[in-house]
Formats: sequence, structure tokens, C-alpha cells
Amino acid sequence: MLKLAVIRPLLAGALAAAGVVAGANMALAETTYIRGNDGDPETLDQHKTSTVAEAHLFRDLYEGLVINDSKANVIPGAAESWEVSDDGLTYTFKLRDDATWSNGDTVTAEDFVFSFQRIMTPETGAKYANILFPIKNAEKINKGEMEPTELGARAIDEKTLEITLEQPTPYFIELLTHQTGLPVHKASVEEHGSDFVTPENMVTNGAYTLVSFTPGDKIVMEKNPEFREFDSAAIDRIEYLPIEDRATCVRRFEAGEVHSCSDLPTEQIASLKERLGDQVRIAPYLGTYYFALNTEKEALKDPKVRQALAMVIDREFLAEEIWAGAMLPAYALVPPGIGNYQGGGATVEWAEMSPLDREDQAIALMEEAGYGPDNPLTLEISYNNSENHKNTSTAIADMWKPLGVNVTFNVRDLSAHYATLRDTSDYEVARAGWIGDYSDPQNFLFLVESDNTGFNYAKYKNPEYDALMDQAAAEGDLEKRAEILRQAETVFLRDTPFVPLLFYSSLSLVSPKLQGWEDNIRNVHPTRFMSLSE
Amino acid sequence: MFGYVLRRLLGAIPTLFLVVTASFFLMRVAPGGPFDQERALEAKVLENLNRVFHLDRPVWEQYLYYLGNLARGDLGPSFIYRDFNVQQLLANGLPVSIQLGGLALLVALLAGSVLGTIAALRQNSWIDYSVTAVATFGITVPNFVVAPLLSLIFGVWLSMLPAGGWGGGSPQNMVLPVITLALPQVAIVARLIRGSMIEALRSDHVRTARAYGLPTRMIVGVHALRAACLPAVSYLGPAAAALLTGSVVVETIFGLPGIGRYFVQGALNRDYTLVMGTVIIIAVFVVVFNLIVDLLYAALDPRVRYD
Repeated sequence: MLKLAVIRPLLAGALAAAGVVAGANMALAETTYIRGNDGDPETLDQHKTSTVAEAHLFRDLYEGLVINDSKANVIPGAAESWEVSDDGLTYTFKLRDDATWSNGDTVTAEDFVFSFQRIMTPETGAKYANILFPIKNAEKINKGEMEPTELGARAIDEKTLEITLEQPTPYFIELLTHQTGLPVHKASVEEHGSDFVTPENMVTNGAYTLVSFTPGDKIVMEKNPEFREFDSAAIDRIEYLPIEDRATCVRRFEAGEVHSCSDLPTEQIASLKERLGDQVRIAPYLGTYYFALNTEKEALKDPKVRQALAMVIDREFLAEEIWAGAMLPAYALVPPGIGNYQGGGATVEWAEMSPLDREDQAIALMEEAGYGPDNPLTLEISYNNSENHKNTSTAIADMWKPLGVNVTFNVRDLSAHYATLRDTSDYEVARAGWIGDYSDPQNFLFLVESDNTGFNYAKYKNPEYDALMDQAAAEGDLEKRAEILRQAETVFLRDTPFVPLLFYSSLSLVSPKLQGWEDNIRNVHPTRFMSLSE
Repeated sequence: MFGYVLRRLLGAIPTLFLVVTASFFLMRVAPGGPFDQERALEAKVLENLNRVFHLDRPVWEQYLYYLGNLARGDLGPSFIYRDFNVQQLLANGLPVSIQLGGLALLVALLAGSVLGTIAALRQNSWIDYSVTAVATFGITVPNFVVAPLLSLIFGVWLSMLPAGGWGGGSPQNMVLPVITLALPQVAIVARLIRGSMIEALRSDHVRTARAYGLPTRMIVGVHALRAACLPAVSYLGPAAAALLTGSVVVETIFGLPGIGRYFVQGALNRDYTLVMGTVIIIAVFVVVFNLIVDLLYAALDPRVRYD
């Protein structure tokens, strides 16, 4: 009996090992989470980062004042509590006593002050510094007009941090979950300069520390023994794999070599759902896919034309047929499920109309504007090279035909496409997409403010709209603010500077072995809340 | 001989200089810059970045700056991997590409010569036809089809080998990428060897060897093959340079940390320095391998001498 009892587990072990030769490195004694990521980070300096792939890494390495839990709720992080002054301008954070850096140092208010000053210093070259522009004087410092020490952030004592804002910003706490709000370890940055990001030098305050970073291969992290909730993190080690080819991640997932994939090839979604069932996760995401209409162009100056173009597009077809259900039809700019939008967003009145009625109305609008079969309108759609963008643009060109619109295409690679949008007015209809950085309607509606030269690809200028946005910025009452933002979105939909087409979804593959992965609108999945079963 | 090599290497310097100059300016002609992404940057932020990377200077000044750094062996910082400079990226990736490419080259040479020789010896037999058929297949089916197929069959369905990943360079992780890289080369080498072997077997010195009564194995393996591999050697020079500097397709599909991806990624992201670094590496490899081919010719063909 005894022998058998010993042999059985051995046999089972041998069989299991034989079955997963490929994933042999997963069978280590400690639990290692092999996590597919969209690609390599541009840098592991949180202040210089901008991508979603980087955000995943930083969520495991560092802890900001506040953090996201596995469902993307905002919960206290390095700060245990905070108070907001009555005018909404001053935030006082109380840091946890047990917040510690991985080298044993205490996380202090001074670390945060140093970090906020660092990201605003022009020489840092921070791509996303603007996220924190609500902090007093931040914008001026980033533009080199003020000294970093004049920033509205100061350490009252070792564990008390005070942040002053330019104006009440109801989404400020939400903003701090972004990687730009993460602290750096002051002493190591001062000692090593930009080399503080190497595995030998990096000091973190999150649940994990950096072990190695090999571009194109993997980024390895291990549990941070100094982390205040060390015991609650079940996964000992994470290997982040930068898998740029989505189909590669799917194969490696099916071979049992990775536990999760951060994106999926759209053309495979239908067959994946069939094969893998609920391991395929498709969740609404905070992003909008749209066509910008350059309102400076003669034909697109007329809101009637823009409206007509928006009306005849069959978004359900785009979402289901072209994007294989990986996107949702969009009849508004702000995605559903966003925070601080009490009562929901605005939507176009023709959304529920039958396609035929919509087409009739659109043709009538075009005729009013002077276009029709006798006087066709020629438009150029610019998009960045990608199979899905091509199919989307081609389908839309076809949908515009009944309006007497002839379409030509201008295809560039990503850099050239966005450089054209930024630096020139040399386009008519342009594809673009926007993924929200924080869960607030302002983060979408600000795109077409007239002074937003970077993102207002429509060159839309409407004083009424700008006034509403200013009014919303000054409003402290969230209900009233939501109402004003809704009015702004109604104006947007009436004027149609952008044609919203689709809302993004986040696409993931999650192994049944991996517990604690909760689908959420921010697509945030901190490893410390997950566990692995063999 | 030594003088010849030295002359060739010195002669390569102007070539490399031209390559560097042409690529530098061609890169700048492409619209957009390293900081143009889906998410546009604030004007001021962009200006800060351009200053950090000296992109706010005139192009000729940037060019002189680049040449100055290059002369000191500094290839500059990468734009898409900001924690690394280009030397570090190449130092990490090149050994991976060389290992994969080197093995593929070896497989191509061995398998190609054997198949080609057999086909030549059994000319117009079923063996010959099947070698030709396999060779045609190897040349025509592109690696972006072969790579996912191999990964799917051996990685996912049969679970015999890893479907992807580098695994610290473990042999099992190299099998599928090496096969993918070697397949078209095996095919080409086999066809080249077959053709020249048929010719060599009819040549005077082989006929003489036969007349001396040397064993067939010796005749084919030494005398005929030596002459027959000349075309294959001249083909393999540039092919080796290409193989050893990595393949974007194989690296992307198998998820390998080589340098093949850097060239394409660098170009698409306008990572000027990374593209320049990769171009220089490729140019050096091409120069060196052409030199090696010429030296090999001298060793293999008694009619060629460099003095």
C-alpha cells in the first residue's frame, strides 16, 4: 500500500511533466505567472511612460497614493486616507506607516513631492506630464515658465502630503491611479540618474520588484519582501512576455506556455470562442474609434453634410462583421460605463431609427447642402495601415455611396498618419481612436475643445461648446457637472466634428488556472490580487 | 594574403560611410518622427522631448553629431527602448540572431549538400525528383506560413516542442525557428549543389580520379564536391549575412529576442538611431562575408590565388 501511495503521485507528476514539456519552466516550486503583454515597455521610468503595456508593469512594481483593485475600483494605496478642502482645491494625504520601499526605506511625502516635481521638469521629457496639469503650477513648470519647486505639492511632515490644484477637479483621485502619479525612490534617482530603472538599481514600493529586463524576451519580477501586504500576494514571480504578434500569444496560450494574453487577433475571435469558451474575455473598454471630419475643408464645413455622413453608417455591421464582435457600435463620443457621468451620456436621436429612414433623411440633408447624384462629393479617407482600418474604411465608403459621396483613400503608416493629423490640415476624413486615461467624460469631451490643438483633428471651433466645457471645469457638484457635460456632448453630436463609430473592448485570454482576473472597463489587472492553481 | 585582407577591410570603410550617410538622410525623409503615436503629444511635451534627443537641431548638425559619436563607437540612445542605448540592444540581440542564423546555416549547408549530391548521383530517378520537389516547396512557401504551421503542429497539437519563446536559449526552443530559417536555404543549396555536382562528375579531374581507381565515396566526397560547392559558397556569403542578422518574421512569430525585429520596428517607429545601428551591423556582415567567400574560393579552387 505504502509503495503504491508513493508511486502514484510520482507517476502523476511524471505524466504531467511529460504533458507540458513545453511549459516546463512553469512547474517550478514557487508559483510563476507567465503573462503575455502587448509589447515591450519604452522605458521602466514611470514618468516617461505612456502605453497600456507599460501600465500593466507599473501596477505591479509601484504603488501610488491610490490604486485600482482587481475590479478597477479606486482604493487607498500608499496613502491610507485623504481629506479634501471645502473649495475642492486642497487634498491632504496621510501616508501609511508601513508603506516601505523594497530596500527598507520608508515611503515619505517627500518622495511624492520629488516625483511630481520630476515629472513636470521639462528636461525629464515626460510624454504624459499633461495628465497631472490639474496640480497647481504644473503646466507652467512643464513649459519652463516656473521652477519645479513652485509646484502645488508639499510635504507637511514625513507622512503627510498636501496637493493644491489649479481648480476643483472631481476626477483628481481617479487621475492618481495613472502611472504618472507613481512615486520614484528619491535617493536612487539622485544617485543613479536615468539608470535608476536597471534591475540592479531599481527600488520599488509595489508588490513586486524587478529581477531582469531583456528586450524582446521577458521582464521578470519577484515578490517584494518589504511590501506591506506581502502575505496577501499569492503569486511569487511574474514573467511578462512582450508578444507583439497576437496569434503567437494564442498559440502559446493553447500550448500551455502562457497564462494570459493581453490582446487577441480579431480575425480569430469567432473560432477562439468556440474552442476556448469563457477563457476568451471580451469586456467593454474605455475607448472610442472615430472618424474626424476636418471642418476647415469646404465640403465638411456644413454641419448637414457631417450629420448625413454620420447617419448612414451601419455601426452594427462594422462591429459584428468587420470587427467580429470585438467592438461595440457607438452613437456617442463618451463610452458607456464611464465614471462621473451620472444619468449616462447623450446619444443621437436617430440611433433607434430604421436604417432606411436614416438613409432617406441623410440624402435629404445632403440635398439641402447641395450634394447629390448630379453633384457628387469626393472625400478622402486617411487611415493608418492595418487590415481592420482598411476594411472599416472600405465598408464606410460603400455606405456613403447612396449619398453621392465618392471616396478615395490615403494610407500611411502610423507615425506618418498621426504626424499628418498633428502638423497639417491636409486631410478630409481621418481615422483615429482614443483610449481614456481616466474614467471621466472630460477625458473624451476635451478632444474637440477649440484650444486643444494636439487632438482636435476636426479643427472644430464652437464657443458654445468651449463655454460648456469651462463651466463644467469650474463646477464642483458632480450631478450638476454631469448635466453640463451631457449638454456639451449633445452639442458635439449635433455638430458632428467627429463621427463616433465604435467603442473599444478589451480582449484577453485567461487560463482557468488563473484566479482573480476580473474583467473591467479600465482593463486593469494587478497581479497581487490574482492567484494560480496548478 | 594578409595584405589582401587588409586592403579589402580598408576598402570597406568608404562603403560603410556611404551606407551610413544614405540611411541617415533617407530616414529623415520619411514623414513623422519617433514621437508620433496613436496618442498625440502636447506641443510643449514634444518640444521637451525633441530637445532631450537633439532633434530640435538642423539635420546636418544632427548628422555631424551622429558621425562624431559613431567614431567613438557610440551608436546613441534608442527612442523606443529608452532604458537602453543601441549598443546594449545589439549586444543583447545579436548573439541570439547569430546562434539561430548560424545553426540554420549549418543545417542548410549539411542537408543541402547531402540532398544535392544524392540527387546528382541518382539523376532523373525518383530520389532526384523528390529532392527537386521538396526544394521547390522550400523555396516557394514563405516563412510566415511555415513558422506558424510548425508552431501549431509541434507546439500546440503534438506538445513536443515549445510553441514560442527563447527560454534562455535552450535547444528545444531553437528547433522550430532554426528549421524555419533553414528550410528555404536547404532547398537553394540542394539545387545549386545538384547542378554543379552533375557538371563536376563529368569533369576531367573526376574522370582522372576514376581512372586511378579511387573509391567512389572518395571521388564524390572529396574531388567532385570540392568543385561542386563553389556556386553554393558564393551564394551562401550574402545569405549568411542575412541569416545571422536575424529575421523579423521568425523572431516575431516565435517571440525571440534577436535583432531582426529592430530594423522593422525601428523603421516603423522612426527610431532613427536603432535603424542606423542595425543598418551598420548588416553592412558590416555583408562586407565580412563577401570577404570570407573570396578567401574560401582561394582555398577551394586551386586556380584562384590572392597574393
